[in-house]
Amino acid sequence: MATRTIAGKEVQVNDEGFMTDPAEWNKEIAVEIAAEEGLAELTESQWKVIDFCRAASADLNGKSPTLRQITTGTGVTTKELFSLFPKGPAKKVARIAGLGKPEGCV
Amino acid sequence: MAEENRHIVFVCSKGTLDMAYPALIMGWAALGNGIDVTIFFTFWGMDLITEKRIDHLEIAPVANTSMKMGMMGVPGNLGIPNLMGALPGMTAFATGMMKKKIAEVEAPPVREYLQMLVDGGANLYACKMSVDMMGLKKEDFVEGVQDVITAADFMDKTEGAQIIFI
Repeated sequence: MATRTIAGKEVQVNDEGFMTDPAEWNKEIAVEIAAEEGLAELTESQWKVIDFCRAASADLNGKSPTLRQITTGTGVTTKELFSLFPKGPAKKVARIAGLGKPEGCV
Repeated sequence: MAEENRHIVFVCSKGTLDMAYPALIMGWAALGNGIDVTIFFTFWGMDLITEKRIDHLEIAPVANTSMKMGMMGVPGNLGIPNLMGALPGMTAFATGMMKKKIAEVEAPPVREYLQMLVDGGANLYACKMSVDMMGLKKEDFVEGVQDVITAADFMDKTEGAQIIFI
């Protein structure tokens, strides 16, 4: 298992670059990964999604919820979700929230 | 950095309930992973975008050798005999069962799923020849179908894309 330093903290990552221990995550890490993903600043709506994913992952074995679980769970519409995290919200959200890729297909 | 984004194109040519899902599932996964998605509907696949048909897609047990009673919890490899499958109500029965199975894996109904793809940025097109043949108009389609296009237009729009025929 590889490690890398994000926002001054050493964390474990898998070979696709997803963090493997949700407990190592913090908000500074989220901000830094978001910047890598092209999101210069995280807005309140984006935090709402990230916070939901963090909370939901407890029941999902540390994996990020699927996009549909996010939209039904947060009330954020599909359109909004795709504009909050452009170009591939599924992976992007998981990465920023320090979680594994979602396991479901929907 | 000027590398072109990956683009997947689905050609939906079937109008049965089971064959509606592959493009929806894979298309949704593609959008979630930042891949451009185009779906071209042709022939029976027109049902998937036709306002009057989209909520009434069916699956028939007749001549369907994969549909076994195992789906209903009957052990073994027992099928539904074609003669029985031909009875009135059997297609509705099989359709109901399939819809229940689809809901069990948390996949939404076709109309809602397709709307999710549209909201996620998928481009939907209808086949010109099918539209002419079936006497359909653009107003007959669900929201999100951008245009009625010819086979030649399809070739232009899919240059360099990966194409999946369903």
